[in-house]
Amino acid sequence: MAERTRLAVVGAGPAGLAGALAAAARGVRVTLVDAAEQAGGQFFRRPAEAFAARRPPAPHPREHTWERLRDALDRYRAAGTVTHLTEHHVWCVERLPASRGFAVHALCGPAQEEGVTVRADAVLLATGGYERVLPFPGWTLPGVVTAGGAQAVLKGQLVLPGRTVVVAGTGPLLLPVAAGLAEAGARVAALVESAGPRALLRRAPALAGQPGKVAEGVHYAARLLRYGVRPLARHTVVEAHGADRLEAVTVAALDRGGRLAPGTARRVRCDALAVGHGLLPHTDLAETLGCALSGTDVRVDTEQRTDVPGVWAAGETTGVGGADLALAEGHIAGRSIAARLRGTAPDPRAWAVADRARTRLRAFAAALDAVYAPPSDWVDRMTDDTTVCRCEEVGAGRVREAVGALGAGDARSVKLLTRAGMGWCQGRMCGPAVAGLTGCPLTPGRRPFARPVPLGVLAGLPEPRPD
Amino acid sequence: MSPAQPAGSRPAAVFTVTFDGLPIAASPGQTVAAALWTAGVTAWRGTRGGGRPRGVFCGIGVCFDCLVTVNGRPNQRACLVPLRPGDVIRTQEGTGHEDG
Ligand SMILES: Cc1cc2nc3c(=O)[nH]c(=O)nc-3n(C[C@H](O)[C@@H](O)[C@H](O)COP(=O)(O)OP(=O)(O)OC[C@H]3O[C@@H](n4cnc5c(N)ncnc54)[C@H](O)[C@@H]3O)c2cc1C
Ligand code: FES
Repeated sequence: MAERTRLAVVGAGPAGLAGALAAAARGVRVTLVDAAEQAGGQFFRRPAEAFAARRPPAPHPREHTWERLRDALDRYRAAGTVTHLTEHHVWCVERLPASRGFAVHALCGPAQEEGVTVRADAVLLATGGYERVLPFPGWTLPGVVTAGGAQAVLKGQLVLPGRTVVVAGTGPLLLPVAAGLAEAGARVAALVESAGPRALLRRAPALAGQPGKVAEGVHYAARLLRYGVRPLARHTVVEAHGADRLEAVTVAALDRGGRLAPGTARRVRCDALAVGHGLLPHTDLAETLGCALSGTDVRVDTEQRTDVPGVWAAGETTGVGGADLALAEGHIAGRSIAARLRGTAPDPRAWAVADRARTRLRAFAAALDAVYAPPSDWVDRMTDDTTVCRCEEVGAGRVREAVGALGAGDARSVKLLTRAGMGWCQGRMCGPAVAGLTGCPLTPGRRPFARPVPLGVLAGLPEPRPD
Repeated sequence: MSPAQPAGSRPAAVFTVTFDGLPIAASPGQTVAAALWTAGVTAWRGTRGGGRPRGVFCGIGVCFDCLVTVNGRPNQRACLVPLRPGDVIRTQEGTGHEDG
């Protein structure tokens, strides 16, 4: 029946790995559950095992950190302290009555129709994030992919989205994505960033506090220069063109106010567009557990505890800030869990180094967040026939109608009136655009389950026994 | 150049699968999406409403745009499902069910 463990960690990215290893080092029996074939998450994603690749397709900036994490994971697995369940998609973490801990429900098998349950006394949620893409005309054409998605398929599957790629949007992810694509053999026709260099300068003090992180950006920019790619700052992709697949994009400059500068539009031929406007945290497992959020992030205290006893969270789930922040938060969570499971209060001085890193990196992330902003008129530039909800094929015009004529005041009413957000992705892709059109802040989706669940799996769950 | 070169990858034996009846090459560990991209195919679904072509969007299993029919089973995410020798991949129209 259900496997039993002390700590279940959901997500084997930087945060989950750091948490699992810190807890295991203190004698905690850990089960690490992840949807992917291998550990690493997004940042440390490796080529599929069967490819027998000797290295990633482009040099990884933190190869040594990865080797250290991987070796430690191998050691604890060999010793039986850590069990790593790969290709397990967690659809719900359930709090069992009478303090009997948690049941982590996952789907596995090739069609994800087999149910598996892990019982645990504590849970660390380290599910990372996914990309936000703000719609524009043509963004549903095949060949338009998310920037992180292009990176993920390249790193994991060693294949390019096209021969000639435009990388566009906003955020610190665009530089490594463009560098990775160029080094793997794609022609990067343009790197289009809507933020302007002035915004960077205004935030200089906060950014200067992290010379290492700034150097990382400079390093990617230098690598790109070798391929003749110069980032186009304060520019945006206005439209993607093509009949049944992408053939070109229109790129235009933005003025100081972040609006389209007239007369600057030009066409760039390409067969792939890798586009992204920052990341959003995965919070569905936390929401089902009843954990409080702040904005779109799972709220945690200084020990990375959520407000539900026994549930910790770390990494992008608690706010987007990059892999180093995820590592620091995961480490603190793992140490806190080890102490709390023994029934003692941890001594925060023991993780002072990680704590300082966390403080610094959170400040850095906040500064970046202010620098990297989408164009200010992105909502107005969605034409009425621009698809907003990709699953249910709902255009911006129908959402505008729901908001204007029908008086919908929030995403929920828009969903009921238009079906935007009712499809397979459960509103993850259209959420930001619906919020923009409605004039409301983005609120988490209140999804009952993190993954669509086959009825057979639901029916096969044991009844909770009163005891 | 293929990205497999800088990665020094030497995939094990290549095998064949079919896409809409035509043979395409695949290797162990490759997902449906990666094999289709390698074969130059970018779309393998027609949407339910407008019959519009779709393929990979998020690449990590979140968007469900890449749904495809594998061995008669519709609604499989091409970006996640690894291929096995002899797999039969079909473009998914609408819900992928006859009545769809
Ligand atoms: C597509 C994508 C590509 C990215 N590429 C880069 C990059 O190249 N460079 C960079 O600096 N940053 C990249 N990032 C940013 C990334 O978020 C890193 O900052 C870092 O990996 C975050 O670490 P994390 O541990 O919080 O989450 P992640 O690394 O995202 O790890 C989360 C893990 O949880 C697993 N997971 C999530 N939900 C479930 C579930 N329900 N059941 C089971 N497992 C689950 C995932 O499979 C994943 O392995 C990328 C982000 C995305 C979304
Ligand atoms: S591309 Fe998004 S789920 Fe496969």
